[in-house]
Amino acid sequence: MGGEKTKRVIFVTVGTTCFDALVKAVDSETLQKELLAKGYTHLLIQMGRGSYLPTKSEGDCNLVVDYFTFSSSIADHIKSASLIISHAGSGSIFETLKLGKPLIVVVNEDLMDNHQSELGEKLANRKHLYCASPQTLHQTIVDMDLNALVPYSPGDATPVAKHINRFLGFPDD
Amino acid sequence: MENGNGCCFSSVSSIATLSSVAVVVILILIRVLHVIYCSGRPLSKRASKPVSTLIILGSGGHTAEMLNLLAVLQKDRFNPRYYIAAATDNMSLQKAMMLENSLASESGIKVADTAQFMKIYRSREVGQSYITSVWTTLIATVHALWLMIKIRPEVILCNGPGTCIPLCVIAFIFKVLGIRWSSIFYVESIARVRRLSLSGLLLYKLWMADQLFVQWPQLQQQYPRATYVGRLM
Repeated sequence: MGGEKTKRVIFVTVGTTCFDALVKAVDSETLQKELLAKGYTHLLIQMGRGSYLPTKSEGDCNLVVDYFTFSSSIADHIKSASLIISHAGSGSIFETLKLGKPLIVVVNEDLMDNHQSELGEKLANRKHLYCASPQTLHQTIVDMDLNALVPYSPGDATPVAKHINRFLGFPDD
Repeated sequence: MENGNGCCFSSVSSIATLSSVAVVVILILIRVLHVIYCSGRPLSKRASKPVSTLIILGSGGHTAEMLNLLAVLQKDRFNPRYYIAAATDNMSLQKAMMLENSLASESGIKVADTAQFMKIYRSREVGQSYITSVWTTLIATVHALWLMIKIRPEVILCNGPGTCIPLCVIAFIFKVLGIRWSSIFYVESIARVRRLSLSGLLLYKLWMADQLFVQWPQLQQQYPRATYVGRLM
Protein backbone atom coordinates (compact mmCIF):
# COMPACT_ATOMS: atom_id res chain seq x y z
CA MET A 1 0.00 0.00 0.00
CA GLY A 2 2.86 2.40 0.81
CA GLY A 3 2.43 5.81 2.37
CA GLU A 4 -0.12 7.11 -0.13
CA LYS A 5 -2.02 10.10 1.10
CA THR A 6 -5.74 10.31 0.37
CA LYS A 7 -6.24 12.54 -2.62
CA ARG A 8 -8.01 15.72 -1.53
CA VAL A 9 -8.63 18.11 -4.38
CA ILE A 10 -9.40 21.81 -4.31
CA PHE A 11 -11.22 22.83 -7.45
CA VAL A 12 -11.02 26.51 -8.43
CA THR A 13 -13.49 27.70 -11.05
CA VAL A 14 -14.17 31.05 -12.75
CA GLY A 15 -16.99 29.76 -14.97
CA THR A 16 -17.20 31.43 -18.36
CA THR A 17 -15.52 34.63 -17.12
CA CYS A 18 -12.05 36.14 -16.89
CA PHE A 19 -10.95 36.40 -13.26
CA ASP A 20 -7.16 36.71 -13.22
CA ALA A 21 -7.16 38.12 -9.67
CA LEU A 22 -8.50 34.84 -8.29
CA VAL A 23 -6.13 32.68 -10.32
CA LYS A 24 -3.21 34.85 -9.13
CA ALA A 25 -4.41 34.58 -5.53
CA VAL A 26 -4.41 30.78 -5.59
CA ASP A 27 -1.10 30.75 -7.44
CA SER A 28 0.61 32.06 -4.31
CA GLU A 29 3.11 29.90 -2.46
CA THR A 30 1.89 30.97 0.99
CA LEU A 31 -1.71 30.15 0.16
CA GLN A 32 -0.74 26.79 -1.28
CA LYS A 33 1.33 25.98 1.82
CA GLU A 34 -1.74 26.77 3.92
CA LEU A 35 -3.86 24.38 1.84
CA LEU A 36 -1.21 21.68 2.14
CA ALA A 37 -1.17 22.18 5.91
CA LYS A 38 -4.94 21.68 5.97
CA GLY A 39 -4.52 18.28 4.33
CA TYR A 40 -5.27 19.06 0.68
CA THR A 41 -3.13 17.36 -1.95
CA HIS A 42 -4.22 18.70 -5.32
CA LEU A 43 -5.19 22.09 -6.69
CA LEU A 44 -7.05 22.12 -10.01
CA ILE A 45 -7.76 25.51 -11.57
CA GLN A 46 -10.38 26.11 -14.26
CA MET A 47 -9.22 29.50 -15.53
CA GLY A 48 -11.85 30.34 -18.17
CA ARG A 49 -11.10 33.36 -20.36
CA GLY A 50 -8.28 34.56 -18.12
CA SER A 51 -4.85 35.42 -19.46
CA TYR A 52 -2.78 34.78 -16.32
CA LEU A 53 -1.28 31.28 -16.39
CA PRO A 54 -0.65 29.69 -13.00
CA THR A 55 2.42 27.55 -12.34
CA LYS A 56 1.94 23.81 -12.62
CA SER A 57 3.57 21.77 -9.91
CA GLU A 58 4.09 18.15 -8.90
CA GLY A 59 5.64 16.20 -6.08
CA ASP A 60 4.95 14.88 -2.62
CA CYS A 61 6.08 17.94 -0.69
CA ASN A 62 4.04 20.42 -2.72
CA LEU A 63 0.47 20.79 -3.66
CA VAL A 64 -0.02 19.19 -7.09
CA VAL A 65 -1.20 22.09 -9.23
CA ASP A 66 -2.79 21.85 -12.66
CA TYR A 67 -5.09 24.02 -14.75
CA PHE A 68 -7.35 24.09 -17.81
CA THR A 69 -9.51 26.70 -19.52
CA PHE A 70 -12.96 25.25 -20.10
CA SER A 71 -14.81 22.00 -19.87
CA SER A 72 -18.29 21.22 -21.16
CA SER A 73 -19.36 20.21 -17.67
CA ILE A 74 -17.54 20.99 -14.47
CA ALA A 75 -19.91 18.80 -12.46
CA ASP A 76 -17.46 15.88 -12.48
CA HIS A 77 -14.64 18.10 -11.22
CA ILE A 78 -16.89 19.42 -8.46
CA LYS A 79 -17.93 15.90 -7.47
CA SER A 80 -14.37 14.68 -7.09
CA ALA A 81 -13.21 17.74 -5.12
CA SER A 82 -13.16 18.24 -1.35
CA LEU A 83 -13.38 22.03 -1.50
CA ILE A 84 -14.52 24.40 -4.23
CA ILE A 85 -13.29 27.97 -4.63
CA SER A 86 -15.52 29.70 -7.14
CA HIS A 87 -16.23 33.07 -8.71
CA ALA A 88 -19.52 34.55 -7.56
CA GLY A 89 -21.56 33.49 -10.58
CA SER A 90 -24.90 31.98 -9.64
CA GLY A 91 -24.46 29.05 -12.02
CA SER A 92 -21.27 27.86 -10.32
CA ILE A 93 -22.59 28.60 -6.85
CA PHE A 94 -25.77 26.58 -7.15
CA GLU A 95 -24.17 23.75 -9.06
CA THR A 96 -21.74 23.35 -6.16
CA LEU A 97 -24.33 23.76 -3.39
CA LYS A 98 -26.62 21.20 -5.04
CA LEU A 99 -23.78 18.69 -5.04
CA GLY A 100 -23.36 19.33 -1.31
CA LYS A 101 -19.73 20.46 -1.52
CA PRO A 102 -18.09 23.06 0.73
CA LEU A 103 -17.67 26.34 -1.12
CA ILE A 104 -15.70 29.57 -0.84
CA VAL A 105 -17.11 32.22 -3.16
CA VAL A 106 -14.67 34.91 -4.30
CA VAL A 107 -16.16 38.17 -5.53
CA ASN A 108 -14.57 39.84 -8.57
CA GLU A 109 -14.20 43.47 -7.60
CA ASP A 110 -13.21 44.49 -11.14
CA LEU A 111 -16.68 43.90 -12.55
CA MET A 112 -18.51 47.06 -13.62
CA ASP A 113 -21.65 46.65 -11.60
CA ASN A 114 -20.79 44.21 -8.85
CA HIS A 115 -24.16 42.75 -8.09
CA GLN A 116 -22.67 39.30 -7.66
CA SER A 117 -21.51 40.16 -4.16
CA GLU A 118 -25.18 40.40 -3.11
CA LEU A 119 -25.77 36.70 -3.67
CA GLY A 120 -22.46 35.62 -2.14
CA GLU A 121 -23.08 37.73 0.96
CA LYS A 122 -26.68 36.57 1.33
CA LEU A 123 -25.73 32.92 1.18
CA ALA A 124 -22.73 33.50 3.50
CA ASN A 125 -25.10 35.16 6.01
CA ARG A 126 -27.17 32.00 5.91
CA LYS A 127 -23.95 30.00 6.46
CA HIS A 128 -24.22 28.01 3.24
CA LEU A 129 -20.74 29.07 2.10
CA TYR A 130 -17.86 31.42 2.83
CA CYS A 131 -17.53 34.67 0.91
CA ALA A 132 -14.23 36.46 0.28
CA SER A 133 -12.34 38.78 -2.07
CA PRO A 134 -9.06 37.84 -3.77
CA GLN A 135 -7.27 39.80 -1.00
CA THR A 136 -9.10 38.14 1.89
CA LEU A 137 -9.05 34.62 0.43
CA HIS A 138 -5.96 33.54 2.33
CA GLN A 139 -7.38 34.65 5.69
CA THR A 140 -10.71 33.00 4.90
CA ILE A 141 -8.93 29.71 4.26
CA VAL A 142 -6.99 30.02 7.50
CA ASP A 143 -10.15 30.73 9.52
CA MET A 144 -12.62 28.44 7.77
CA ASP A 145 -14.48 25.67 9.57
CA LEU A 146 -16.19 23.61 6.90
CA ASN A 147 -18.18 21.64 9.48
CA ALA A 148 -19.94 24.84 10.48
CA LEU A 149 -21.50 25.21 7.03
CA VAL A 150 -25.24 24.60 6.74
CA PRO A 151 -26.45 22.39 3.85
CA TYR A 152 -28.41 24.23 1.16
CA SER A 153 -31.93 23.07 0.40
CA PRO A 154 -32.68 23.51 -3.32
CA GLY A 155 -35.37 25.91 -4.48
CA ASP A 156 -38.45 25.05 -6.49
CA ALA A 157 -39.55 26.39 -9.84
CA THR A 158 -43.13 25.11 -9.58
CA PRO A 159 -44.62 28.32 -8.06
CA VAL A 160 -43.48 30.32 -11.09
CA ALA A 161 -44.76 27.65 -13.45
CA LYS A 162 -48.15 27.76 -11.69
CA HIS A 163 -48.35 31.54 -12.02
CA ILE A 164 -47.48 31.41 -15.70
CA ASN A 165 -49.99 28.64 -16.41
CA ARG A 166 -52.79 30.41 -14.55
CA PHE A 167 -52.02 33.71 -16.25
CA LEU A 168 -52.30 32.08 -19.67
CA GLY A 169 -55.55 30.34 -18.78
CA PHE A 170 -54.26 26.78 -18.60
CA PRO A 171 -56.06 24.55 -16.12
CA ASP A 172 -54.32 23.70 -12.82
CA ASP A 173 -52.81 20.22 -12.82
CA MET B 1 -57.09 89.92 -43.53
CA GLU B 2 -54.44 92.41 -44.68
CA ASN B 3 -51.89 89.82 -45.81
CA GLY B 4 -54.15 88.11 -48.34
CA ASN B 5 -55.50 84.66 -49.00
CA GLY B 6 -52.07 82.90 -49.45
CA CYS B 7 -50.98 83.50 -45.90
CA CYS B 8 -54.36 82.55 -44.54
CA PHE B 9 -54.28 79.22 -46.36
CA SER B 10 -50.81 78.21 -45.14
CA SER B 11 -51.62 78.98 -41.52
CA VAL B 12 -54.82 76.95 -41.77
CA SER B 13 -52.98 73.99 -43.31
CA SER B 14 -50.25 74.09 -40.68
CA ILE B 15 -52.90 74.14 -37.95
CA ALA B 16 -54.56 71.18 -39.69
CA THR B 17 -51.26 69.27 -39.85
CA LEU B 18 -50.49 69.97 -36.21
CA SER B 19 -53.97 68.89 -35.18
CA SER B 20 -53.69 65.63 -37.15
CA VAL B 21 -50.32 64.87 -35.60
CA ALA B 22 -51.71 65.61 -32.15
CA VAL B 23 -54.70 63.34 -32.74
CA VAL B 24 -52.48 60.49 -33.96
CA VAL B 25 -50.15 60.88 -30.97
CA ILE B 26 -53.09 60.87 -28.57
CA LEU B 27 -54.57 57.78 -30.23
CA ILE B 28 -51.23 55.97 -29.97
CA LEU B 29 -50.94 56.95 -26.31
CA ILE B 30 -54.42 55.66 -25.59
CA ARG B 31 -53.60 52.43 -27.38
CA VAL B 32 -50.33 52.05 -25.42
CA LEU B 33 -52.10 52.63 -22.12
CA HIS B 34 -54.77 50.12 -23.10
CA VAL B 35 -52.10 47.53 -23.99
CA ILE B 36 -50.34 48.10 -20.67
CA TYR B 37 -53.63 47.75 -18.80
CA CYS B 38 -54.54 44.49 -20.56
CA SER B 39 -51.00 43.08 -20.24
CA GLY B 40 -51.15 43.22 -16.47
CA ARG B 41 -54.25 41.10 -16.31
CA PRO B 42 -54.42 37.31 -16.85
CA LEU B 43 -55.70 36.30 -20.27
CA SER B 44 -59.46 36.21 -20.20
CA LYS B 45 -59.97 33.11 -22.30
CA ARG B 46 -59.11 29.61 -21.08
CA ALA B 47 -56.16 28.33 -23.09
CA SER B 48 -57.34 25.66 -25.49
CA LYS B 49 -54.21 24.98 -27.49
CA PRO B 50 -50.42 25.14 -27.13
CA VAL B 51 -48.74 28.54 -27.19
CA SER B 52 -45.66 29.26 -29.29
CA THR B 53 -42.92 30.20 -26.86
CA LEU B 54 -39.76 32.25 -27.23
CA ILE B 55 -37.09 31.41 -24.66
CA ILE B 56 -34.30 33.96 -24.35
CA LEU B 57 -31.09 32.47 -23.00
CA GLY B 58 -28.17 34.30 -21.35
CA SER B 59 -24.72 33.17 -20.32
CA GLY B 60 -23.86 31.01 -17.35
CA GLY B 61 -26.30 31.16 -14.46
CA HIS B 62 -29.05 32.67 -16.59
CA THR B 63 -29.26 29.53 -18.72
CA ALA B 64 -29.09 27.25 -15.68
CA GLU B 65 -32.04 29.08 -14.11
CA MET B 66 -34.05 29.05 -17.33
CA LEU B 67 -33.51 25.32 -17.87
CA ASN B 68 -34.65 24.79 -14.29
CA LEU B 69 -37.88 26.62 -15.06
CA LEU B 70 -38.39 24.76 -18.34
CA ALA B 71 -38.03 21.46 -16.52
CA VAL B 72 -41.32 22.11 -14.69
CA LEU B 73 -43.28 23.61 -17.58
CA GLN B 74 -45.57 21.26 -19.45
CA LYS B 75 -43.95 20.86 -22.84
CA ASP B 76 -47.17 20.05 -24.65
CA ARG B 77 -48.54 23.46 -23.64
CA PHE B 78 -45.46 25.54 -24.55
CA ASN B 79 -44.91 24.45 -28.06
CA PRO B 80 -43.24 25.12 -30.49
CA ARG B 81 -40.27 26.46 -28.54
CA TYR B 82 -37.86 28.96 -30.04
CA TYR B 83 -34.53 29.41 -28.25
CA ILE B 84 -32.51 32.57 -28.83
CA ALA B 85 -29.03 33.14 -27.42
CA ALA B 86 -26.40 35.82 -28.01
CA ALA B 87 -24.07 35.22 -30.96
CA THR B 88 -21.00 35.08 -28.70
CA ASP B 89 -22.57 32.65 -26.23
CA ASN B 90 -21.51 29.16 -27.28
CA MET B 91 -22.74 27.05 -24.44
CA SER B 92 -26.34 28.13 -23.86
CA LEU B 93 -27.81 26.83 -27.12
CA GLN B 94 -25.88 23.58 -26.66
CA LYS B 95 -27.46 23.11 -23.23
CA ALA B 96 -30.90 23.86 -24.62
CA MET B 97 -30.32 21.38 -27.45
CA MET B 98 -29.35 18.71 -24.92
CA LEU B 99 -32.60 19.32 -23.05
CA GLU B 100 -34.67 19.14 -26.25
CA ASN B 101 -32.83 16.05 -27.47
CA SER B 102 -33.55 14.18 -24.25
CA LEU B 103 -37.22 15.25 -24.41
CA ALA B 104 -37.45 14.11 -28.02
CA SER B 105 -35.91 10.71 -27.36
CA GLU B 106 -38.33 10.18 -24.44
CA SER B 107 -41.43 10.99 -26.42
CA GLY B 108 -40.40 9.90 -29.88
CA ILE B 109 -41.04 13.32 -31.43
CA LYS B 110 -38.44 14.94 -33.69
CA VAL B 111 -36.69 17.90 -32.11
CA ALA B 112 -37.10 19.95 -35.29
CA ASP B 113 -40.89 19.75 -34.95
CA THR B 114 -41.04 21.31 -31.52
CA ALA B 115 -37.88 23.40 -31.08
CA GLN B 116 -35.72 25.81 -33.04
CA PHE B 117 -32.42 27.42 -32.06
CA MET B 118 -31.24 30.86 -33.15
CA LYS B 119 -28.48 33.32 -32.42
CA ILE B 120 -28.87 37.07 -32.12
CA TYR B 121 -26.35 39.93 -32.19
CA ARG B 122 -25.66 41.06 -28.66
CA SER B 123 -26.74 44.52 -27.43
CA ARG B 124 -23.74 44.78 -25.11
CA GLU B 125 -20.81 42.53 -24.19
CA VAL B 126 -19.86 42.20 -20.51
CA GLY B 127 -17.53 45.11 -19.75
CA GLN B 128 -18.35 47.03 -22.92
CA SER B 129 -18.62 50.78 -22.41
CA TYR B 130 -22.16 52.12 -22.28
CA ILE B 131 -21.43 54.62 -25.06
CA THR B 132 -20.45 52.09 -27.74
CA SER B 133 -23.30 49.94 -26.46
CA VAL B 134 -25.79 52.41 -27.98
CA TRP B 135 -24.63 51.52 -31.50
CA THR B 136 -24.44 47.77 -30.90
CA THR B 137 -27.90 47.88 -29.32
CA LEU B 138 -29.28 49.47 -32.50
CA ILE B 139 -27.83 46.69 -34.64
CA ALA B 140 -29.14 44.11 -32.21
CA THR B 141 -32.57 45.74 -32.44
CA VAL B 142 -32.72 45.45 -36.24
CA HIS B 143 -31.71 41.80 -35.98
CA ALA B 144 -34.27 41.28 -33.24
CA LEU B 145 -36.96 42.80 -35.46
CA TRP B 146 -36.10 40.33 -38.20
CA LEU B 147 -36.30 37.38 -35.80
CA MET B 148 -39.52 38.56 -34.16
CA ILE B 149 -41.25 38.99 -37.52
CA LYS B 150 -40.37 35.37 -38.27
CA ILE B 151 -41.34 33.93 -34.87
CA ARG B 152 -44.19 36.13 -33.55
CA PRO B 153 -44.38 34.16 -30.28
CA GLU B 154 -47.43 34.08 -28.02
CA VAL B 155 -45.30 33.70 -24.90
CA ILE B 156 -41.85 35.12 -24.11
CA LEU B 157 -39.75 33.74 -21.23
CA CYS B 158 -36.68 35.68 -20.21
CA ASN B 159 -34.59 36.06 -17.11
CA GLY B 160 -32.18 38.90 -17.36
CA PRO B 161 -29.56 39.12 -20.08
CA GLY B 162 -29.51 42.35 -22.10
CA THR B 163 -30.36 40.20 -25.13
CA CYS B 164 -33.97 40.26 -24.02
CA ILE B 165 -34.51 44.02 -24.15
CA PRO B 166 -34.68 44.57 -27.94
CA LEU B 167 -36.86 41.46 -28.27
CA CYS B 168 -39.27 42.54 -25.52
CA VAL B 169 -39.49 46.11 -26.85
CA ILE B 170 -40.37 44.80 -30.29
CA ALA B 171 -42.90 42.38 -28.78
CA PHE B 172 -44.50 45.34 -27.00
CA ILE B 173 -44.66 47.33 -30.24
CA PHE B 174 -46.25 44.34 -32.00
CA LYS B 175 -48.89 44.35 -29.25
CA VAL B 176 -49.59 48.04 -29.74
CA LEU B 177 -49.82 47.65 -33.51
CA GLY B 178 -51.99 44.54 -33.22
CA ILE B 179 -49.48 42.31 -35.04
CA ARG B 180 -49.23 39.71 -32.25
CA TRP B 181 -50.16 39.59 -28.57
CA SER B 182 -47.17 38.18 -26.62
CA SER B 183 -47.39 37.52 -22.89
CA ILE B 184 -43.99 38.51 -21.54
CA PHE B 185 -42.81 36.72 -18.40
CA TYR B 186 -39.61 38.01 -16.83
CA VAL B 187 -38.00 36.05 -13.99
CA GLU B 188 -35.34 38.14 -12.25
CA SER B 189 -32.21 36.14 -11.55
CA ILE B 190 -31.64 34.61 -8.13
CA ALA B 191 -28.42 36.61 -8.06
CA ARG B 192 -30.48 39.79 -7.72
CA VAL B 193 -31.09 40.05 -4.00
CA ARG B 194 -31.31 43.75 -3.24
CA ARG B 195 -31.62 45.47 -6.62
CA LEU B 196 -33.18 44.63 -9.97
CA SER B 197 -30.89 44.14 -12.96
CA LEU B 198 -30.87 46.80 -15.67
CA SER B 199 -33.09 44.62 -17.86
CA GLY B 200 -35.51 44.00 -15.01
CA LEU B 201 -35.60 47.67 -14.10
CA LEU B 202 -36.30 48.75 -17.69
CA LEU B 203 -39.11 46.24 -18.15
CA TYR B 204 -40.57 47.19 -14.76
CA LYS B 205 -40.43 50.97 -15.18
CA LEU B 206 -41.73 50.86 -18.75
CA TRP B 207 -44.54 48.46 -17.76
CA MET B 208 -43.45 46.11 -20.54
CA ALA B 209 -43.47 42.76 -18.77
CA ASP B 210 -46.88 41.17 -18.25
CA GLN B 211 -45.49 39.56 -15.11
CA LEU B 212 -42.14 40.25 -13.42
CA PHE B 213 -41.10 37.57 -10.92
CA VAL B 214 -38.51 38.06 -8.16
CA GLN B 215 -36.84 35.42 -6.02
CA TRP B 216 -36.10 37.37 -2.84
CA PRO B 217 -38.75 39.06 -0.67
CA GLN B 218 -36.92 42.41 -0.27
CA LEU B 219 -37.23 43.00 -4.02
CA GLN B 220 -40.98 42.60 -3.88
CA GLN B 221 -41.14 45.21 -1.14
CA GLN B 222 -39.15 47.63 -3.27
CA TYR B 223 -41.04 46.87 -6.46
CA PRO B 224 -44.67 46.28 -5.49
CA ARG B 225 -45.84 45.33 -8.98
CA ALA B 226 -43.41 42.40 -8.98
CA THR B 227 -44.48 38.92 -7.88
CA TYR B 228 -42.39 37.07 -5.27
CA VAL B 229 -42.07 33.40 -6.13
CA GLY B 230 -39.28 32.16 -3.85
CA ARG B 231 -36.00 30.66 -5.01
CA LEU B 232 -35.92 28.70 -8.24
CA MET B 233 -32.46 27.22 -7.70
